Amino acid sequence: MGKAIVVTSGKGGVGKTTTTANIGAGLAVLGHKVALVDADIGLRNLDLFMGLENRVVYHLVDVIEGRASWKKAIIRDKRMENLVLLPSAQARDKDSVTPRQMKQLINELKEEFDFVLLDCPAGIEGGFKNAVAGADQAIVVVNPEISSVRDADRVIGLLEAEEIKEIGLVVNRLKPNMVKRGEMLAIKDIVDLLAVNLLGIVPEDEGIVISSNKGEPIAFNHAAKAGLAFQNISRRLSGEEVPFVEWQDDDTFFSRLKKLFGIE
Amino acid sequence: MFDLRRLWGGNRGSKEQAKERLQLILIHDRSSLSPELLDLIKKRILDVLTEFVEIDEQGLVVDLEQTDDASALITSIPIKAVRRNARLP
Repeated sequence: MGKAIVVTSGKGGVGKTTTTANIGAGLAVLGHKVALVDADIGLRNLDLFMGLENRVVYHLVDVIEGRASWKKAIIRDKRMENLVLLPSAQARDKDSVTPRQMKQLINELKEEFDFVLLDCPAGIEGGFKNAVAGADQAIVVVNPEISSVRDADRVIGLLEAEEIKEIGLVVNRLKPNMVKRGEMLAIKDIVDLLAVNLLGIVPEDEGIVISSNKGEPIAFNHAAKAGLAFQNISRRLSGEEVPFVEWQDDDTFFSRLKKLFGIE
Repeated sequence: MFDLRRLWGGNRGSKEQAKERLQLILIHDRSSLSPELLDLIKKRILDVLTEFVEIDEQGLVVDLEQTDDASALITSIPIKAVRRNARLP
């Protein structure tokens, strides 16, 4: 029996879908059987991040309403045969699904997969309740920025009310230089304020935009900073103890020199 | 504008401001109760009290009052009569 993990944040635009895609890819690289479920009904995006948008035939609402079995609706990732995506519906309303129906579907997926990752919509309304319904644990994505931290705190309260006790925090888009200058909340500040366990730190990385342009999760790329950060998160989720990397911006004299000579 | 205080180290980075503002706002956010939860609290209080006293349910008030550094539940419960059969367990 696998685990269902919802990836949520409250605030939009902090990197939930990127996180879902990359942790999923990372877990698949480690050999786990992974199902990614896009629970953002009406705003389908996870397929784009995975580069699978041209292969969508059936979607989540089709499965819930019985037009297709989940086995028929899932898209197998060609890069990793142990990674599948259940896409969301694009032209449907988010109230097309109830928490009970979601829970039943997720339970079926848990029988087949080691990890079921649910990409939650922004907000705390119906779509959030649906995405959370079948989850055993949660990943809260936060940016080092006050409105994101505040919304994350609210979401953590709601997750606890839903009896989800295992909550891991992913701090996304950290800018080490700004932290150094004292102009950005540091990891310790955020963890202290939110009082949950830290699961990972992902530094700001242009590679994220490039990888989403291409539809290739950056977690497949060992050389990228964000790729390594997501891989570390996936390893922690599968039970490994992985030390946290102290991220630094590459603009020191030596790193510029190294780049000049193409060493890096 | 160029900030001299900054140069002398008199000014802290904006992170400290962010942290202090968040500390306050999170305390405030966490202590607020939803109307549904307040209704539930009201109902539970009633359940317990009606074992011992007769209450004027129309006159029952339960409110959450918040100041900058504290929150309090303020209740007003008009009692019609003490139940004759109310006694210590």
